[in-house]
Amino acid sequence: MNIVVCVKYVPDAQSDRTFNESDNTTDRVGVDGLLSELDEYAVEEALKLVEAGEGEVTVVTVGPDQAADALKKALQMGADKAVHVKDDAIHGSDAVATSLVLAEAIKKTGTPDLVITGMASTDGTMSVVPAMLAERLGLPQVTFASELSVDGSTVTIRRDGDAASETIVATLPALVSVTDQINEPRYPSFKGIMAAKKKPVEEWALADLGIDASQVGLDAAWTKVESFTKRPPREQGQIVTDDGDGGTKLAEFLAAQKFV
Amino acid sequence: MTPQSPLDPMDLAGIDDLLSDEEKAIRGTVRAFLDKRVEPFVADWFERGEIDDIRGLTKELGALGLLGMHLEGYGCAGMSAVDYGLACLELEATDSGVRSLVSVQGSLAMFAIHRWGTEEHRGRWLPSMATGEAIGCFGLTEPDHGSDPASMRTRARRVGDDWVLDGAKMWITNGSIADVAVVWANAGEEHGGIRGFVVPTDSPGFSAPEIKHKLSLRASVTSELVLDGVRLPGDAVFPEVRGLKGPLSCLSEARYGIVWGSLGAARSSLDTARRYSIEREQFGRPLAGFQLTQQKLADMALELVKGQLLALHLGRRKDAGTLRPEQVSLGKLNNIREAIDICRMSRTILGANGISLEYPIIRHMNNLESVLTYEGTVEMHTLVIGQAMTGQQAFR
Repeated sequence: MNIVVCVKYVPDAQSDRTFNESDNTTDRVGVDGLLSELDEYAVEEALKLVEAGEGEVTVVTVGPDQAADALKKALQMGADKAVHVKDDAIHGSDAVATSLVLAEAIKKTGTPDLVITGMASTDGTMSVVPAMLAERLGLPQVTFASELSVDGSTVTIRRDGDAASETIVATLPALVSVTDQINEPRYPSFKGIMAAKKKPVEEWALADLGIDASQVGLDAAWTKVESFTKRPPREQGQIVTDDGDGGTKLAEFLAAQKFV
Repeated sequence: MTPQSPLDPMDLAGIDDLLSDEEKAIRGTVRAFLDKRVEPFVADWFERGEIDDIRGLTKELGALGLLGMHLEGYGCAGMSAVDYGLACLELEATDSGVRSLVSVQGSLAMFAIHRWGTEEHRGRWLPSMATGEAIGCFGLTEPDHGSDPASMRTRARRVGDDWVLDGAKMWITNGSIADVAVVWANAGEEHGGIRGFVVPTDSPGFSAPEIKHKLSLRASVTSELVLDGVRLPGDAVFPEVRGLKGPLSCLSEARYGIVWGSLGAARSSLDTARRYSIEREQFGRPLAGFQLTQQKLADMALELVKGQLLALHLGRRKDAGTLRPEQVSLGKLNNIREAIDICRMSRTILGANGISLEYPIIRHMNNLESVLTYEGTVEMHTLVIGQAMTGQQAFR
């Protein structure tokens, strides 16, 4: 089966993440970026499915030049080929526009049997792109899978909720988003790292996908970040001196904070 | 001047810019693996003197491509000498014991079979050693013969078409868990002196009791090899190589890994001390704000940078095929000596906390006591350099 995995290049959560002062978009250039960790689970799941049978894994990303690093990581893990959609006009796109670009890119790659995404990006953490993408592609959307199996023409997933675990079956082709419970993503092996150098990476602009620049970017966004403030430094904690009534004071503190 | 990203306090000289993207990726995947699979447990392994599921760990190291990574063919990854060095540095930044496991497997046991073995030896052992299914060890040092291996007492006798080995080897990393041992023995003048043998460890007469009571390399298996009339078929011997050239060629490989590896222990210790000095307050301000602390940190950073440049230079030479054994001695001598000094100096910044296994420094420091001695002692490498400079051999 042929699988498309959508991946995102995000600022490293370990480093100081910021917004651009000029237009309040995420700073993807000044900080180190990487393949969103939640997308590694999607790549791993696709690789497992293809390794158990046959087919190809294509990774698709929409992002600036540096987003090639995210594709490279997926190729090093074992994906067969990659598509990088980049265009200056895409800068500042919201989830709606991103899903449009992804949908057109996926259509251009052919008809995959399965589209797999992570459950959310680690920067925006909106979790809406999978649903929007499924809608645009006209595919069944099966989200938040913590277990996945494919049997002939159907995909079966388990979705763990607070109250119950649901088993959901959809016909292929379908779109599945996977959680961080589904597998243990592999580390790129040395052979994988060397092999990735020779794997094909297509670069497409909006014109290649028949998308007009006015449909994407900051000006077309349905939501915008109006302003941002830096997180205030952590305040000094409150120190309670125990004069024999420390327990009482602790209980009073917890009660005041409505913890008890 | 174009705007630059903030200066990395652990890469003041910008040595990273001398590495290719692939080299950084190799380093990154080793680091990510170690951070998850080894780093959280290794202090406990060291304390207990035992690596949990060492066979499982070895297979995972193999899956990544670390075992015999700089060898070609037979399932080996075929990476460059610089790649191998970078991997050794990351491994030893976690623990010298884990680096030793990889070094002995790849640079001693696998390299010996790859370089000196027959096609049958290579086909039988290398693929399973590359995946970590099979573990190898390397027996040269003896209880009474360390720096002077030519005087070894282990003997190989010809009995019909077979060989029979008798003797003992000491301080053998991986010995008790090994499936195969490369053993060097004196076969007598008529058979070419010192010869190498591929010994399956299930051969009758072979045993490998583990050496206990070590206070260094505790997260590593160290053993004695006992060879009591071990009978091997005639084709167990390395066919061509004779004399010390055989084992010394392998040691030069392993030493090269130490040129890089020792800096890993140093980097980990220095970074620990640097962070600690920023957080720890005495007399109402961080230790980092005291000039004596800054002097220590700056001195250590300088030696780390110089050691890294030397390692990279030697690595590029090795990849170009121009690296000489004397240059490996230069690298090993300098880098292990400076690394152990960096660990000791870092320890002083942590004060009493420096002796606790809660921090990695005392572990690195104790580990490096072994590294200072094995694969050629500091004294021997000093004399190798002395000989290269004067033409006078001072150790015989």
